[in-house]
Amino acid sequence: MSGELLNKDCRQLREAIAAGRARSVEATKAVFEAINKYEPVIGAYISTFEKQALAKAKEVDDKIAGGRAVGELGGVPVALKDNLCTTFGTTTCASKILENFHSPYNATVIENLLAADAVIVGKTNMDEFAMGSSTENSGLKRTVNPWDTSRVPGGSSGGSAAAVAGGLCFAALGSDTGGSIRQPAAFCGVVGLKPTYGRVSRYGLVAYGSSLDQIGPLTRTVGDCALMMNVIAGHDEKDSTSVGESISPVCNYLEKLDEPIGRLRIGVVPELNAGSDKNVQNAIAKAIEVYKKLGAEIVEIKMPHFDYAIAAYYVIATAEASSNLARYDGVHYGHRTASKADYIEVYTKSRAEGFGKEVKRRIMLGTYALSSGYYDAYYLKALKVRNLIRGDFTNAFERCDCVMMPVSPTTAFKIGEKVDDPLKMYLSDVYTIAANLAGVPAISIPCGFDKNNLPIGLQILAAAFAEEKLLRIARMFEMQTEWHQRRPAMPE
Amino acid sequence: MSKKIDEAQVRKVAKLARLELANSEIEEFTVQLSAILDYMEKMNELDTTGVEPLAHCLPISNVFRDDSIKTSLGTEKTLANAPQQDGEFFKVPKILDDSSGA
Repeated sequence: MSGELLNKDCRQLREAIAAGRARSVEATKAVFEAINKYEPVIGAYISTFEKQALAKAKEVDDKIAGGRAVGELGGVPVALKDNLCTTFGTTTCASKILENFHSPYNATVIENLLAADAVIVGKTNMDEFAMGSSTENSGLKRTVNPWDTSRVPGGSSGGSAAAVAGGLCFAALGSDTGGSIRQPAAFCGVVGLKPTYGRVSRYGLVAYGSSLDQIGPLTRTVGDCALMMNVIAGHDEKDSTSVGESISPVCNYLEKLDEPIGRLRIGVVPELNAGSDKNVQNAIAKAIEVYKKLGAEIVEIKMPHFDYAIAAYYVIATAEASSNLARYDGVHYGHRTASKADYIEVYTKSRAEGFGKEVKRRIMLGTYALSSGYYDAYYLKALKVRNLIRGDFTNAFERCDCVMMPVSPTTAFKIGEKVDDPLKMYLSDVYTIAANLAGVPAISIPCGFDKNNLPIGLQILAAAFAEEKLLRIARMFEMQTEWHQRRPAMPE
Repeated sequence: MSKKIDEAQVRKVAKLARLELANSEIEEFTVQLSAILDYMEKMNELDTTGVEPLAHCLPISNVFRDDSIKTSLGTEKTLANAPQQDGEFFKVPKILDDSSGA
C-alpha cells in the first residue's frame, strides 16, 4: 500500500486523500519509511520534522473526516530547500555560519504552503548559500544522485531534486539564481521551474544574488508544478520586487493545463545546441520532433549575446553576493569566532571560520568587481551585457512562443570531477544563466536518458509572466512521452 | 596569459571583504581569480557604447505605503540568535580605545 501511495503525484495523492481513499498520515509515514531506508545513502535532507509532519497530516485527515475543506496541497508531504526561513527547525543554507540559526519568521512561500495544508517533511541540502552547481559546496553534508550514487545530484537545489526523484517527498521548493532549480531537476529526472523574476515572493529566501534569485517548484510532473505555482505565485507586500496584480495577474495554472497551444512556434538556436554532449543533443532533437508531430513550427533564431552570459552573470551574481553576505558579521546572528579578538577580527575571523571556500571565492570576486578602479570595467560592463542578453530574448519572443535548448551540456557528472576547477564548474551553467539575467521563466522537463541511464532535461524558456503558456507547452510533451514516469532503482 | 590579479591585490580585496585568509588561500585565490577574470575579459569583445546598464530586469519603481506603525519582532526574538547579548543589546568587543584621551 505504501509503495503504491509513493508512486502517486501530488495531484493524485491530494485527490485520494480528499476523497477519503487514502490518508495523509499513511502517505507521510510512507515518506518517512523511505527516508529511514534511503537517506543514509542519498543524503538529501539537512533536517526532518517527523513528529510535526505526522501531526499536520493527522490534522488534515481529521478535517476531511469531519467533512471540512482542505487546501490545495491538503495532506501532501513536501520538502523545502534550507535557504527558506522557517520558524521551526534551523535555516542553515548548508553553511557552518548559520548552522544553529533559528529564523524568527516564516518565508512567505512557507506561509503559503501551510495555508494550503501541505505537510512539511524536512529541509534539503544545497550548495552553501546556493553557490554551486553540484551540491558539493554544502558545508554540512553530501548528497548523491539517486540514479547513480557516484554522481552529483546537480545544484544548488540538489537535495530537493534528489528527494523528489528518490520518493523522499512528493514535491519540493528550490531557488534558482543561475540554474539552481533547472539543472538539478535535469540531473535527477524531475520537473523544475524557475518562474519569472517577481512572480513568487522572495521574502524569507536567504539572499544570494537579489536581482536574479527566484523560488520555484521541483516536482515529478508538470501538473504538480502548476499546482505548486497556484500555491506560491502572487504579489507580496513584504517583497517590493514582487509583481503586483495590476502588472500581471496570477492565473490558475491548472485550469487549461491539458489544452495544447495551437500553432505553436518553437525557437531553436542550432549553434547553441551543438555545444552539448551528443546524447544530450540527440535527446533535445528527438523532443523537438515530438512537438513537430503535434504541428509545431520550428523557427531558427539567433541569440548573439548568449555566449557572454556566463561572464556577465559571475560578475553580477558575485557582486550582489559580496554585498548580501556582508550581514554575516558574527554580531547579530550566526557563528562568532571563539578566539579573543578585537572588533575587526570578530568580523574577519568569524567569516573565515564560517564560510566555505566557494562562498569566500565569490565574495572575493564580487568585492573586486565592485572595488574602486574596477567597477566600470566589470560591474557596469556586465550590466550592459545583461541588457543586450535581455534584448536577445525580447527579439526571440517576437518570432516564437518559446525557445528550447538543453538544460545542461552534460548529464550528471561524477562527484569530485569539477570541484577543484571553479571556472570549469561555472561553465557548466551555460544554458541556464541567461534566463536569470533576462528575468524570464524557464522549465526543465525529463526528455530522455543517456547511455549510462542518466536523465536528460529539456529546457523551455518563455516570455516574462508567460508561465501559464510555458506549463501548457511542457504538458504537451509530457502527454506524448513516458520519460517522467521512470524512477531510479533506489540504492540501499 | 597576463596575470589579472596579484597576491597583494588579493590581500587588499580580502581586507575590504573582511575575510581573514590563510597564505595558502591567498595563493590559491590568486591563481583561480586570475583565470576567472581572464574569462570575464570576453565581455570586452562586445561594443556596449550607448547601451544602458540593466540593474533589474523588471520595470520596478519605488513602492510606497502609509507611514503607519506595524508590529515588529520585539527585543527577545531579535536577540535570540545573537552570539552574545545581554537581554537588551548585542554585545561586541570594545570599539573605542579609551586610553588615547582624545
